[in-house]
Amino acid sequence: MRSSRHLVLVALAAVALAVGVVQGTAGAGESGGAGDTTSGTSQADLVAAGEQLFLTSCISCHGVDGVGTPNGPPLTAAGEANADFMLRTGRMPMASSDVQPPDKPVAYTDTEIRQLVAYVGSLGDGPPIPQLDLDAADVTNGGQLFRANCAPCHNASGIGGALSYGRHAPSLQETGLEQVAEAMRVGPGQMPRFGPDVLTDQEVNDIVAYVDYLQNPDDPGGLNLGYTGPVAEGFVALVIGLGALMLVIRWITRERRAAGAREGAPDA
Amino acid sequence: MTATDATEPGTGPADDTSTDVAPAHRHPKAHQRAGRLGRWIDSRTGIARVGRGALNKVFPNHWSFLLGEIALYSFVVLLLTGIYLTLFFDADSTGMTTYDGSYGPMQGVQVSEAYNSALEISFDVKGGLLVRQIHHWAALVFVGAIVLHLCRVFFTGAFRRPRELNWVVGCTLFMLAVVNGFAGYSLLDDQLSGTGLRIGYSVLISIPVIGPWLGSLIFGGNFPGDDVIARLYPIHILVVPLLIIAMLTVHLTVLIRHKHTHFPGKGARDDNVVGERLWPTYVFKAGALFFCVFGALALLGGIAQINPVWLYGPFRAEDVSSASQPDWYMGWLEGALRLMPGWETRIAGFTIPNPFYAGVVPAAIVFGGLYAWPWIERRVTKDHAEHHVLDRPRDVPWRTAIGVGVLAFTGVLGFAGSDDVLVVTFGLSVNQAVWFFRVALFALPVISGFVAYRLCIELQRRDGPPPLPTVPVPDTETDGSAGTQDPALVGDAGGGQRHDGSDPADA
Ligand code: HEC
Ligand code: HEC
Repeated sequence: MRSSRHLVLVALAAVALAVGVVQGTAGAGESGGAGDTTSGTSQADLVAAGEQLFLTSCISCHGVDGVGTPNGPPLTAAGEANADFMLRTGRMPMASSDVQPPDKPVAYTDTEIRQLVAYVGSLGDGPPIPQLDLDAADVTNGGQLFRANCAPCHNASGIGGALSYGRHAPSLQETGLEQVAEAMRVGPGQMPRFGPDVLTDQEVNDIVAYVDYLQNPDDPGGLNLGYTGPVAEGFVALVIGLGALMLVIRWITRERRAAGAREGAPDA
Repeated sequence: MTATDATEPGTGPADDTSTDVAPAHRHPKAHQRAGRLGRWIDSRTGIARVGRGALNKVFPNHWSFLLGEIALYSFVVLLLTGIYLTLFFDADSTGMTTYDGSYGPMQGVQVSEAYNSALEISFDVKGGLLVRQIHHWAALVFVGAIVLHLCRVFFTGAFRRPRELNWVVGCTLFMLAVVNGFAGYSLLDDQLSGTGLRIGYSVLISIPVIGPWLGSLIFGGNFPGDDVIARLYPIHILVVPLLIIAMLTVHLTVLIRHKHTHFPGKGARDDNVVGERLWPTYVFKAGALFFCVFGALALLGGIAQINPVWLYGPFRAEDVSSASQPDWYMGWLEGALRLMPGWETRIAGFTIPNPFYAGVVPAAIVFGGLYAWPWIERRVTKDHAEHHVLDRPRDVPWRTAIGVGVLAFTGVLGFAGSDDVLVVTFGLSVNQAVWFFRVALFALPVISGFVAYRLCIELQRRDGPPPLPTVPVPDTETDGSAGTQDPALVGDAGGGQRHDGSDPADA
């Protein structure tokens, strides 16, 4: 458990580092001259490759240059955060456009996602992918912010909850931490957007750290019941607890029943 | 081990000279010991009367008679664990402090003393979390066992004369248990219980005329109120437990006085009790059951997390969490609140707010109906006779049908109270679910009642002609019931009276 969590953190740090390096070189490539398109990691290359992907799987809904169609909103202000969130949670590409996009298996490789993200980012200006630094995060503050801002929909334990008309706030138990940060900046679907005026970068960082904690909390007291609270507790108390005791009293009185069965006495 | 069957006369004169013949033959040593014990007690306290009466008391050996005992033993566990918790709990919801216990993610947060002590119990008191969890599981099982026990008494007609008083006492115990459960989990001042108190407050003040006054009496002002936890605490640890103990005393005294009912069967008549004697068989069985109950609750407390208040966070009036449910026995009232359309009426200048219809009226109807049931039924059946032999549920199909219908009604409400959890689990829409439950609320009781009725009739048909009438046959009193084939079934000497002449409820 613990070691896997550390592994995740290390992996995340590695990813963050890699992203930083990539962006650094991309920036350098751009400033180095527009003619340089041979380097496979340049921003322009990413955008170009992303455009190809976009033309095959996104254009039918989001239209040429992402201007939108009746089947999908314009992406001109979506930004990299939104594209990254939609792609890494498997929401896009969507199969049908009239339901809440479900979390699906991610459809693209990491490279393809970076290409698509770069392309969507180039369509206009939207929120960039937030930078996380969990070491500098304040989990306690994150917990308070989470309970105040996120728990009303996602539940205090992050297991999600129902909203009206068939919509629901999904569980955050499996969501990637970067996507948690992106979700706040983007406000997907029914979820409100928490822009920098509502939550500072540091606060976003704190909340992400608390979600990270919730995905693997200190769990004293034995098996958690999926954090569904009194509903699950009631079932366990009645079905398992009382159920076991019913078996006990049946067992205690078994002799009578055996005798009764011989004599035809009723056993209600 | 074989069952020691015994029959007990309805009311043996208390000072008769009957001896317990059967166990003497079967357990000579035990009997000698019991006899010595009896003489010892008698010579010092003169309670031979009580002692013999109690030791010779006969318990029917049917599993359903032990449901009430599960409730009783859960209550004992609640008392024991509760006493431990009071040593550490601080019922102060207004005094604030900075949490600095060992639960990391809460360190440095401003919390109330009440919530602080709840976290302390959970993380820093030795065995605190275990005891807290046993206490909470015991509360859930306690009410569950009461409900099952109540169902047994209802469906077998055990509430009929002369046991109406005990029925009323039992209903009161049920209500006290529910009230104390609610009071108990409201003490911790976490976000979930605060949400429950908010709902409780809105229901309370919705009662016409006295509601607002009651509200400020209990909460000490408008919600959230400064005093509610300080007031619930003595109610939870002192007032209601004492009331429960008093009611239990009445319940058990009346039970002993009336003696047990028993199911129809060989030897079972309206003027005797067939079963096992208290000493020794029953004492050992009851003792074993107590330890089973304690063990099961301790096991639950040790391996299944309950009410993780550290995740819910301290109560803040402006926050809520989704999927806020009450404990299961309040679920049906929560469901009623969720299903109720937003009605409001004005009568004679008073506005009757919506929670009154959804929260107060259903509770009043269900509990009122429960209390009044023995008299309601008597009105219908015109049956004023005493009954000590139980009905089997099939014997009175209409009663069974009504009972099943009421269970279905409260059951639907209970599920409706957790609709948000259910829809997420099953991928439905809350709005569809509300309409589904609204229809089911009226359809299901009727359907299930009808099915139960048909089932009873069908079972009766399969039984063939009704069993032998269970009227008293005084001349076979002494040993008639035992004299047939089974030597273990022994008639108690000195019987012959009616079961129990007195009828406290009618007095
Ligand atoms: C079947 C139609 C469909 C396809 C194909 C599709 N999308 Fe979408 N997309 C939608 C709809 C509908 C929404 C709005 C969803 C919502 O708000 O819940 C959306 C939203 C988005 C958003 C967020 C826009 C915003 O402002 O909230 C992004 C970014 C996005 N899509 C990217 C993509 C990418 C990249 C692809 C291709 C890999 C793609 N989509 C394929 C229908 C589609
Ligand atoms: C008003 C209710 C609401 C609030 C408040 C809210 N969310 Fe959401 N959230 C949603 C809904 C609805 C979705 C699903 C959006 C969609 O895909 O259509 C969602 C989706 C998400 C997702 C994507 C999860 C996944 O695995 O797909 C994350 C992460 C998330 N929210 C985090 C947060 C955080 C962090 C906060 C607090 C700052 C928050 N949300 C506050 C309703 C809410």
